[in-house]
Amino acid sequence: MLVAHKPKQIFASLAVAALLIAAWWIAVVASRSVIFPTPLQVVLGTVDLAREGTLWVHIGASLFRVGAGFLLAVVVGVPLGVLMGWVGGAYTVFNPLVQVLRPISPIAWIPIAILWFGVGDLSPIFLIFLSSVFPTVVQTVAAVHAIERRYIQAAENFGVSRYRLFLRVVLPAALPQIIVGLRVSLGVAWLVVVAAEMIALRSGLGYLIIDSRNAGNRYDLVVAGMVIIGLTGLLLDGAMRRLERLKAVRWRYAR
Amino acid sequence: MPAKIALADIRKSFPTAKGLLPVIAGIDLTVAEGEFVAIVGPSGCGKTTLLNIVAGFERPDQGQVIVDGTAHARPSPKGIVISQRGSVFPWLTVRQNLMFGLNGRHPDKKALADHYASVVGLTGFEKGYPHELSGGMLKRVELARALIVKPQILYMDEPLAALDALTGLQMRIELLRILAEERHTCLFITHNVEEAIQLADRIIVLAPRPTTVQATFDVPFPHPRRLSNPALVELKASILREFGL
Repeated sequence: MLVAHKPKQIFASLAVAALLIAAWWIAVVASRSVIFPTPLQVVLGTVDLAREGTLWVHIGASLFRVGAGFLLAVVVGVPLGVLMGWVGGAYTVFNPLVQVLRPISPIAWIPIAILWFGVGDLSPIFLIFLSSVFPTVVQTVAAVHAIERRYIQAAENFGVSRYRLFLRVVLPAALPQIIVGLRVSLGVAWLVVVAAEMIALRSGLGYLIIDSRNAGNRYDLVVAGMVIIGLTGLLLDGAMRRLERLKAVRWRYAR
Repeated sequence: MPAKIALADIRKSFPTAKGLLPVIAGIDLTVAEGEFVAIVGPSGCGKTTLLNIVAGFERPDQGQVIVDGTAHARPSPKGIVISQRGSVFPWLTVRQNLMFGLNGRHPDKKALADHYASVVGLTGFEKGYPHELSGGMLKRVELARALIVKPQILYMDEPLAALDALTGLQMRIELLRILAEERHTCLFITHNVEEAIQLADRIIVLAPRPTTVQATFDVPFPHPRRLSNPALVELKASILREFGL
């Protein structure tokens, strides 16, 4: 969780991080590696990138592609998932298709992405969309299937229209679980950013990592890219978790 | 008095791995307009199934449910179900819950909701969410949400069973107060004999599964009833005898 509750816990998690960094540092020094960077070199490399300004360009490019791909996945995945969860026939029709496409890694799609979309922004966006749309669909279907019958029965009892039943009961009842699904999907979208940007031209954190390796073994920048991806992922998850605090979905989460 | 609800030879079985499990083996019952009928029976005897059939959520294998002289098939706001687990929507505030059932054109739904919140003693909690309320208050929300649509019948399936003893007692008194104002026809399922005696005009004792009507007791005593009244103590003893106690 982004917001730790007690100073003690913050201290404990910082201590664990410090221990790991110390172990990394000692290992690099002890092994006299010339290629693997120390934590200091990574920090210095990051500062360099930040000063040049390219760091922000890379982060911005990655966030844009992940944002676009993820939003597309939400716009397609949530309605499709709700439809499949609510209408039995739609589930029978679409579920086999979803289950066949789901296990295909986004990396396998790279050749086709290039064929269809070239090497601009569209290819990585397409790959990120593919990686996050299926978890979104699967979680949304599960969320709708998990709606307790007593709520549906109560709504039927009051004789509400199908439209109202859907808007006032089905959607809000499923929303907390849908939000959990979106958290997972955004995590996956961010996870595949490196793979998706292997084919990107000149920008993005994935490009930074691949390019630093290819152009002169700058492993300090490779690790810097990895650390920034990790920290950004933490911030994104923290932002998604804020959705769970909305009053209309609080009921579903234990804390 | 004309029958509000008339059940004729209701039968129901459920398919299980071992074949058909008969649950209800022929029940005939009539409930008069404005009458409060309590149904008591041993656990798992099919009380809830019977209520679901009467309310239109399940179909009997045989027999007919007649409400107001016509065959009754689907759930409708004419008869609202209040169940033990409750079905107050946790994603809506108290006020939004109360307004949920108001389908038609109401000049001021909010004012009506707040009026019914005050009827059940929830003034000041209209903007609260259900997870911020106690079990007893949730029951009040559910009751108010039912009352606001002016149902002619209330189907209550152990509505007070999940409450602690003190809150349960309190809610009995509240229920009587509210019913004295708006005379609903009530079908009330309970396993609590004292609750039945305190509330009902008539008590139906159901036999173990597959269930039939085992005995019927009239409760011709004015409200408020004191359970220590010798006549009520005697009535309780005779009902418990039906359970072999």
